Amino acid sequence: MKKNHYELIILGGGPAGLTAGLYASRARIDHVLIEKGAPGGQVLSTDWVDNYPGFPEGLSGFDLMEKMTSHAKRFDVNILTKEVASINLDNHESKKVIFSDESSITCDSLIICTGASPNKIGVPGEAELAGKGVSYCGTCDAPFYRNMHVAVIGGGDTAIEEADYLTRFASRVTIIHRRDELRATKILQEMAFANKKIDYIWNSRVTAIEGDKEVERLQLIDNDGNKSTFDVQGVFILIGITPNNDLLPLEQLNPDKWGFIQTDAETRTVIPGVFAAGDIRSKLMRQVVNACGEGANAVIAAEHYLVSAHK
Amino acid sequence: MASDKVKQLNDADFDAAIKSDQPTLVDFWAPWCGPCKAIGPVVEELADEFEGKVFIAKMNVDDNPVVPGKFGIRAIPTLIVFKSGEVVDQVTGAVGKSQLVELINKAL
Repeated sequence: MKKNHYELIILGGGPAGLTAGLYASRARIDHVLIEKGAPGGQVLSTDWVDNYPGFPEGLSGFDLMEKMTSHAKRFDVNILTKEVASINLDNHESKKVIFSDESSITCDSLIICTGASPNKIGVPGEAELAGKGVSYCGTCDAPFYRNMHVAVIGGGDTAIEEADYLTRFASRVTIIHRRDELRATKILQEMAFANKKIDYIWNSRVTAIEGDKEVERLQLIDNDGNKSTFDVQGVFILIGITPNNDLLPLEQLNPDKWGFIQTDAETRTVIPGVFAAGDIRSKLMRQVVNACGEGANAVIAAEHYLVSAHK
Repeated sequence: MASDKVKQLNDADFDAAIKSDQPTLVDFWAPWCGPCKAIGPVVEELADEFEGKVFIAKMNVDDNPVVPGKFGIRAIPTLIVFKSGEVVDQVTGAVGKSQLVELINKAL
């Protein structure tokens, strides 16, 4: 018979989850890490990670996550590839994870590392033309836009990094941003402003994405209400992230107004024995470096909980 | 853990592969694409579960420019389900297994 109860379940296999797995396995905690596909998380789609300490030359997000995954495997982290349908936290003594095939497992403690996903803008044409010129991943789709003109919507780190990456393929990249300055880290801004293939449309937002079979043009409106049409062959939507909280009983987890889970400094949520780490956690900064730290911290906090709960 | 049930198609053998009235699911991917890697194990699981009912295949868009161009693929992973040579439906992005099962069921 398959095992159906664990001391610790880790939900999600991005940087926070993999680090939690590593620490749990080394602490000999009876654990399982659940991930719906291959581990890695959002970083898998990051072209280049230049700010993760210990890698002075930088490395691709793909390579970093391969290293983290093999590091976790070296310590026999128990990874289960399965799709979760929902989480039931009604019984604090036995937290329940229900899978999409309706089977379930329970645990004493749970670390939520479900991460976040790219935001959509929610305009007409976005869903219809997804994969046909509308993209949320520059590193995935840039090679399809060789010698074409594309737009990037957004002004944060991801938008600026991806715009720069896109210029390796596209002939021209236009950044469309709702403000009159970028929000991205200064070093990224310097890189973008020095790149001659990048130009800008400030103080504007997209109201519709249009095209017959593929993206052909965007409808824009500026902050003064002036409307215009802008011809492009692709549009990359990189306007921040939304928490992956669909599976969670959110009302029990004291989310912030955006749906990220609030915890104390030790990653404890309001439910005893439930912790949150990585991008799903309500916080100021979302980077690989703090996701890993929180994953490790959550395991130690869970270990304390397990010891006190079993007394 | 590459499943031998998932066949790698190329520009030359693609048309013959999708002609069958048994549905074919094709995962258009590339080695440098993170979400493609993430969805890989799910596609292999589907190959096990739908063995004998659905033909599950992959196509590397780097090595095969013709077919992806023909189907207007501009983002990966894109998964298309075919029946008798016709597109039944498609999804883009690293979606969950249940969404892929839903996609396959449209052709069954």
